[in-house]
Amino acid sequence: MTVLHENTESQTPASQRRGTARRRKPLRSNGYKVFRFAALVAVVLFLIAPLFWMLLASFKTNVDIYDAGKSFLFTPTAENYANVLQRNNYFVFIFNSFWVAFVSTALSLVLGVPAAYAMSRFTMHRSALVVLMARVIPGVSLLVPWYYVFSNLKMVGGFEVLILSHMFVALPLIVYIMMSYFDSLPIELEESAQVDGLTPIGAFRHITLPLSVAGMATAGILAFIFSWNNFMFALVLSGSKTKTLPVAIFDFVSYASIDWGGLMAAATVVTIPIMIIALFTQKYIVSGLTAGATKG
Amino acid sequence: MSVLTPARTSGQSARSRDNFSAWANRHRKWLFAAPAMIFVGLLIVFPLAWTLYLSLTDSQGSVRAASDFVGFENYLTVLTDTERFWPAVGRTVSFTLVALVCEVVLGMCIALLLWRPFRGEKWVRVAILLPLVATPVAVGMMWRLIFDPNIGFANQLLGLVGIPPQPWLSGQDSALPTTIFMDVWQWTPMVVLILLAGLTSLSEEPDEAARMDGANAFQRFFFVTLPLMMPTVIVAILLRGIDALKTFDILYATKGKGGGSFHEVETLNVYAYGLSFDYNQYGLSSAVLILFFMIIIGSMWLLTMRKKAVSK
Repeated sequence: MTVLHENTESQTPASQRRGTARRRKPLRSNGYKVFRFAALVAVVLFLIAPLFWMLLASFKTNVDIYDAGKSFLFTPTAENYANVLQRNNYFVFIFNSFWVAFVSTALSLVLGVPAAYAMSRFTMHRSALVVLMARVIPGVSLLVPWYYVFSNLKMVGGFEVLILSHMFVALPLIVYIMMSYFDSLPIELEESAQVDGLTPIGAFRHITLPLSVAGMATAGILAFIFSWNNFMFALVLSGSKTKTLPVAIFDFVSYASIDWGGLMAAATVVTIPIMIIALFTQKYIVSGLTAGATKG
Repeated sequence: MSVLTPARTSGQSARSRDNFSAWANRHRKWLFAAPAMIFVGLLIVFPLAWTLYLSLTDSQGSVRAASDFVGFENYLTVLTDTERFWPAVGRTVSFTLVALVCEVVLGMCIALLLWRPFRGEKWVRVAILLPLVATPVAVGMMWRLIFDPNIGFANQLLGLVGIPPQPWLSGQDSALPTTIFMDVWQWTPMVVLILLAGLTSLSEEPDEAARMDGANAFQRFFFVTLPLMMPTVIVAILLRGIDALKTFDILYATKGKGGGSFHEVETLNVYAYGLSFDYNQYGLSSAVLILFFMIIIGSMWLLTMRKKAVSK
């Protein structure tokens, strides 16, 4: 109580002083407001315009794409999408991408959440470093040995090897995010559960896990996005039946001349699902990307 | 669990379950951590050891083919290779440094713009998120169309202000800067989010005190906010730098094998990938990768040291 009291006492004069400071010199002048508005509009345009251009081009015929006069005014066509989705079998690639991302994320959560818990509670910094190494190492240096071993096991071209390689991307991310989440979760809750008769593992299962749903959602969504976007591992390890969307798009341009409309439709098809997920889970993505960034 | 629910099964199995539970609880530290560590360890340690071994052999064509131990010959070949290796090192370093500087400076400006609440904040945040989650290969294809010298929007835009068309990605000197621009477009938002998290966690008092002492906005930023933000800035540089050094997707998607016909955007990662999977020169590529790995670890170590010094 005394501590609280002292705090409020020292707070009052400070806020009064702030009030007088504001009267003497306005916090934000009108000039700044105008500048800020203009700058923000410029930032938003810079970030959105290219994506908008891609979307526009995906609805143009190739003749219109070559016509500078039809940059914004043209008759939209769905021909490119029909072409990409039907003739180029993109539904298969969409399924492949989704399946690989989903399974690798789920398995990484199963492995990564308990590991992050142990590393956070027992401050296993060196062990954490081993897992985080996976984020640092250049993927190419792993691909040659992986390719050799997995082709000997007749696994290259199957879903298993793709899922394993994407888990390698997802797991360190999940461990990293969950560790900083568990660090911020008070240990007292588990301790009191143990006093009430739960074993330490029981306390983890019945107290800590239910409290960590938000953290796991954050880690899971980010892992899913990173897996969906991964290109290099799938480029080497996927076969014709397990090709994921980024590889399928890359293959789109290896034909003689570029079908720009189709390419932009394909690029839109791969980015739209992930952007929709991102829009609905914005809060989680931001907290995941900035996890641990503000700690010492 | 077993403590809560009295064992209803026969004595023996209950006891063995109790024993197991007690054992599991005693060893939960490693029981929890080991599976993930073993998974990552198996997928890293063995391949790394193999890469190290391959780098000392003349393995090529197929990893299965017989190869001879050649000692440090590959390293010697690579380190004296001024045609491909050293230019690739130069491109990797300049790509990373220029992209990082642009992203941190731009990121800090945007984060400061977003710092205090305003109307329409939600929409700006959505705009910031979109490039960040877009698939890099698709982003590469998108920029290929925009930067196309003949039909691209970039040259149309330049035409409006009277600047002659540029070759962008197809120019020998302009290809690398263009890819840097793409990287800045996609990853500045990431830096913004990290710095914004740092800014919001700052206490207002130092800024307030400096304001009362009559410091103007620039003084307050450079002498109060920036020093307090240094640890966060270094985290942003660290996270972004690792990925920038390893950039592969947009380079391979826009310029293809070997970083273009004149290797204009061939960084170490693209070079090593090409040696491994386009030319099957496993011995050489392994030597390049080991050296690349050392560069990454070295720069990370330097930054971590710097962060420790700043945090004190």
